[in-house]
Amino acid sequence: MPITVTMPALSPTMTEGTLARWLVKEGDTISAGDVIAEIETDKATMEVETIDDGRIGRLLIAEGTENVPVNEVIAVILEEDEDEAALASFAAAPTNGGAVPAAAAAPAVAPAAAPVAAAPAAPAAATGDRVFASPLARRMAEQANLDLAALQGSGPNGRIVKRDIEAALSAGVAVPTAAPAARAPAAPTPAEPVTADYEEIPLNAMRKTIARRLTESKQTVPHFYLSIDCTLDRLLDLRKDLNSRSDAYKISVNDFVIRAAALALKRHPDINSQWAETALLRHRRVHVAVAVALPNAGLITPVVRDADRKGLAEIAGEMKDLAGRARDGKLMPEDYQGGTFSISNLGMFGIDEFVAVINPPQAAILAVGTGKQRPVVTDGAVAVATVMTATLSADHRVFGGAEGAEFLDTFRQLIEDPLTMLL
Amino acid sequence: MADTAFDVIVIGTGPGGYVAAIRAAQLGLKAAVVEREHFGGICLNWGCIPTKALLRSAEVYHSMQNAAAFGLSADNVGFDLDKVVKRSRQVAKQLNGGVKGLLRKNKVTAFDGTGRLAGGGGVSVTKDGKGVAELTAPHIILATGARARTAPGLEPDGKVIWTYREAMVPDRMPDSLLVVGSGAIGIEFASFYRTFGAEVTVVEMLDRVLPVEDAEISAFARKSFEAQGIRILTSAGVEGLVADGDGVKATVRRDDGEVETLAVDRAILAIGIAGNVEDIGLEGTGVVVDRGHVVIDAFCRTGEPGVYALGDLCGPPWLAHKASHEGVVCVEKLAGVADVHPLDWSNIPGCTYCRPQVASIGMTEEAATAAGRKIKVGRFPFIGNGKAIALGEPEGMVKTIFDADTGELIGAHMIGAEVTELIQGYGIAKTLETTEKELMHTVFAHPTLSEMMHESVLDAYGRAIHF
Repeated sequence: MPITVTMPALSPTMTEGTLARWLVKEGDTISAGDVIAEIETDKATMEVETIDDGRIGRLLIAEGTENVPVNEVIAVILEEDEDEAALASFAAAPTNGGAVPAAAAAPAVAPAAAPVAAAPAAPAAATGDRVFASPLARRMAEQANLDLAALQGSGPNGRIVKRDIEAALSAGVAVPTAAPAARAPAAPTPAEPVTADYEEIPLNAMRKTIARRLTESKQTVPHFYLSIDCTLDRLLDLRKDLNSRSDAYKISVNDFVIRAAALALKRHPDINSQWAETALLRHRRVHVAVAVALPNAGLITPVVRDADRKGLAEIAGEMKDLAGRARDGKLMPEDYQGGTFSISNLGMFGIDEFVAVINPPQAAILAVGTGKQRPVVTDGAVAVATVMTATLSADHRVFGGAEGAEFLDTFRQLIEDPLTMLL
Repeated sequence: MADTAFDVIVIGTGPGGYVAAIRAAQLGLKAAVVEREHFGGICLNWGCIPTKALLRSAEVYHSMQNAAAFGLSADNVGFDLDKVVKRSRQVAKQLNGGVKGLLRKNKVTAFDGTGRLAGGGGVSVTKDGKGVAELTAPHIILATGARARTAPGLEPDGKVIWTYREAMVPDRMPDSLLVVGSGAIGIEFASFYRTFGAEVTVVEMLDRVLPVEDAEISAFARKSFEAQGIRILTSAGVEGLVADGDGVKATVRRDDGEVETLAVDRAILAIGIAGNVEDIGLEGTGVVVDRGHVVIDAFCRTGEPGVYALGDLCGPPWLAHKASHEGVVCVEKLAGVADVHPLDWSNIPGCTYCRPQVASIGMTEEAATAAGRKIKVGRFPFIGNGKAIALGEPEGMVKTIFDADTGELIGAHMIGAEVTELIQGYGIAKTLETTEKELMHTVFAHPTLSEMMHESVLDAYGRAIHF
């Protein structure tokens, strides 16, 4: 019997993913451990290894297909003694070879690969057959105005369950409660050769996540902002001194910023908190998320856990590893989940100061600018010092201006007198 | 020469291992198990089952002491500890034989010895240092379980400083007992020994007992334990346990800095468990071990192709029924059964058989709130239930948590008589994805304790009838 390869669940909460790339083609011989595909979730790209030996019989899902439900069969492997005849019961590949993702064929009509399309020709509604769905799925569908008859269930005997509704919703399938002709709109003619003077870039999972979360943040979180200037000269001297002592580590200014912020958070737990509708959650541990820019305007915030309990060298080593893996798309969910505070540093781009959008459910984010020489007035005399501006964006539901200011003052003292960070 | 090539080999026959083997056999796979000590594992022999036998003796004893409240007389109520323990061992023995019979009936080949991965799909079995068999299979399932965790300064000596194992076969009833850790294991022993008259002190590092339970249930339990005379110290750690003749000296340090020295007859260590990852041939394989537990994916696959792991070996929750269910999911997946879904972690019930009993499923109120869910909470007290009053068990409550938008049952938490038998009602409701509506429309028999499960749901929507 041919072996089926199914969409893996890469985390306990994953319900679907994008089949980003096939690394094999039909007919290829494979052995256990070979990487056969790359799967993209909303945050990371992971490799799928085969655990079987054999020959790729059929690739059932085209490259680039989004929202492939977990456990859906994506490929069939033939064992040594089997030939193509054994594939009879498996559907032919949808857009084989050329691998044009369905979504690209009909722009603006996204849901091609969603569970809807996978449903057999005429789903239940037309014949008046009973649709099997859990009570919770029925209610969720009703609230979202989804047509249950157009969905395919993944529960026992094809019953539609909660995860099917969630998959349909996140796939953006807003099938109006109408006839099963719902699929018709895909056919008509966007065919007119629009000579638009723009290029349409399909959204990847990460871009969608960033869009959704940051829109939600700006629309629902009452932001306020506080800025402070920090003199960096002593920190720069200390950094140079530390880095000259060993090649085992290379500490960046940002590593100092992470440590200073973590220590300040420990002293001001109000900032290390989050809004939870009926209560404030004050975190006992300090997990600092650090924004890392990715190619193609992506962004991810890997987390330095218990940053207040880590030394500069440890933070530097960890950040190097996290940033590297972030750029390679190899972060695991536990690498970027659970941050209690964020830092975004655009100093390396020469930005003097900026304000960042809070990364929910956290209550604050620190935007750090470049350190540069500026005139500073002390005791009536003008002197030159290296100054860095840090701006805190804060959730006013969680704390007020005074608490934010006290936190920033502690942060500034640590940065300006960096030896105190060692205490 | 016995057969040595199988489709599936399971190392360990606890509730994860033997269930996996039987499921494999049902699916037509040729299955073998390797067991070094007891068929049925810790659960049947030194865990779930024998402790339930002990606690049943405690329960009957407690009822006899309170006979007068029921209009009965029972003079000179006493107990014979040896016989209580003997009954518990007899129960374990009977079930141990039952597991062997089940494996035989399903034609699973059993090997007596210690199994180790031998590389390349091989398992070597040894007994008393001598090789017994060299087996091969494309699928090898590690189900070697776990043992009591120890810590520096907290080491059992098997005489006066016990783990669960010695605590199950006491030579005498201690006059005083220290229980380190207030999870299910610690609390069940505290309850058992207190019922038979020992002065019991429970020390817990966190700020409440039964810390995985809903905070409200946990507080209720603490009040009840304290009323029974159990002394409870939370936010406190035991820094050292030293055997002292026929007793133990313990140093307890509270988070507020106060230090107390206790002298007790016996101490029980119940500070969690550690996976049995040693000496099973993991070295040089792709199997990843993280903090004493094997790392697996949703279908129990390890980092080594063809090698799977499940149950306590892979970390919390340390529950027999979790291991069994993983065994089924793991085997069905590797056998290519269609539509196998990973175990739903939000749907694993947990039960503690102390007095009063505690049972729960799904998220606590704290966790639901932290996850940003908008919730509706229902509560119903035992004092409002006719059957509870008739039983003489007016102490307890049933708490339910619903998603305010969708009516999804997110969690249920109960404390009181027989709640460990009741929780399954909510388990089925969760699996079938019922909303509050179906639960409200369900007819619950009168008079039963289960009516409280109905009332709690009604209460979440402001509709409770009897309170």
